[in-house]
Amino acid sequence: MDFKRGLRDGIPICLGYFSVSIAFGVLAIQKGLTWLEALMISFFNLTSAGQYAGLTIIAATGGLVEIALSQLVINARYALMGISLSQKLEDKFTSTYRMVLGFAITDEIFAVASSNKSISRAYFAGLAILPILGWSSGTLFGALLGGTLPAIIQSALGVALYGMFIASVVPAAKADHKVLIVVGISILCSCLLYYVPIFDLISDGFAVIICTVIAAALGAVLFPREEAESDAV
Amino acid sequence: MPFKEFLPYLLVMAGVTYLVRVIPLTLFHKKIKSRFVNSFLYYTPYAVLSAMTFPAILYATSNVFSGIAGLLAALLLAYKNKSLITVACGACLAVFAVEMVMMLI
Repeated sequence: MDFKRGLRDGIPICLGYFSVSIAFGVLAIQKGLTWLEALMISFFNLTSAGQYAGLTIIAATGGLVEIALSQLVINARYALMGISLSQKLEDKFTSTYRMVLGFAITDEIFAVASSNKSISRAYFAGLAILPILGWSSGTLFGALLGGTLPAIIQSALGVALYGMFIASVVPAAKADHKVLIVVGISILCSCLLYYVPIFDLISDGFAVIICTVIAAALGAVLFPREEAESDAV
Repeated sequence: MPFKEFLPYLLVMAGVTYLVRVIPLTLFHKKIKSRFVNSFLYYTPYAVLSAMTFPAILYATSNVFSGIAGLLAALLLAYKNKSLITVACGACLAVFAVEMVMMLI
């Protein structure tokens, strides 16, 4: 039951991933990788920003320390998401399962899983499968077919994942004005980091961490949750 | 790129990313008691997703106008509590429509 529900919730993520990863496949070929190498990067990393940064370093035959640091900084948000998720996992979600299924923590899978009060192994496994397939097959598709998709289609697909983010945030912000204020703070920070030239040095992945920590910490100070409320979510 | 040169990059990349994901998830088994930490974690998903979406969505398409159209369509559909896939598809269609119109003008 839970597995099926997870699969169903994974369909939109899968479609979004398929469309977004096409662009990664196209770029990987342009940078001199083979289709198999492009596919392997997507299958084993399952992350967008980190892969783009990694690809850039690989194409420039950069150092291994450099690539390790880039992944650490850009993907550090997954650590934060992991701690958040750890509070909602069922008792049967033991360390072994965490080590296997934790591989699939992504922004989108985290967003959808977080909307559940309690997360079972079956649900999380179901949720992860289709997005992994979508991300890998989209990359393969892009690597093999290259830029034959019309530009207008590629452009339209570019907002698919953001649409999913918005669908996760808006209902919660509508129901609880405290969430809305935290969202506002986060967006304000994000715009500051994006538009103010001094902050150009900060990578996108790191910018997300800074915004998250500021907004969530302010939220926790201004609007601490009651004990009972915290248990419920 | 020759596979032998590529492999070390892949291993380091995938290894670091995997550990970042799995270590915190595996270490935190007990329910966290701190009210501050619990509140912080409660707000985390909304803060993460908002920061990633804005202003990046404005520049995710060929031009800012179709990006704004995608944003507005997604906000409207999400406000009406539509499903993830409906919101995502609605945003894509809005981008497509606006770019189509701009091509014709």
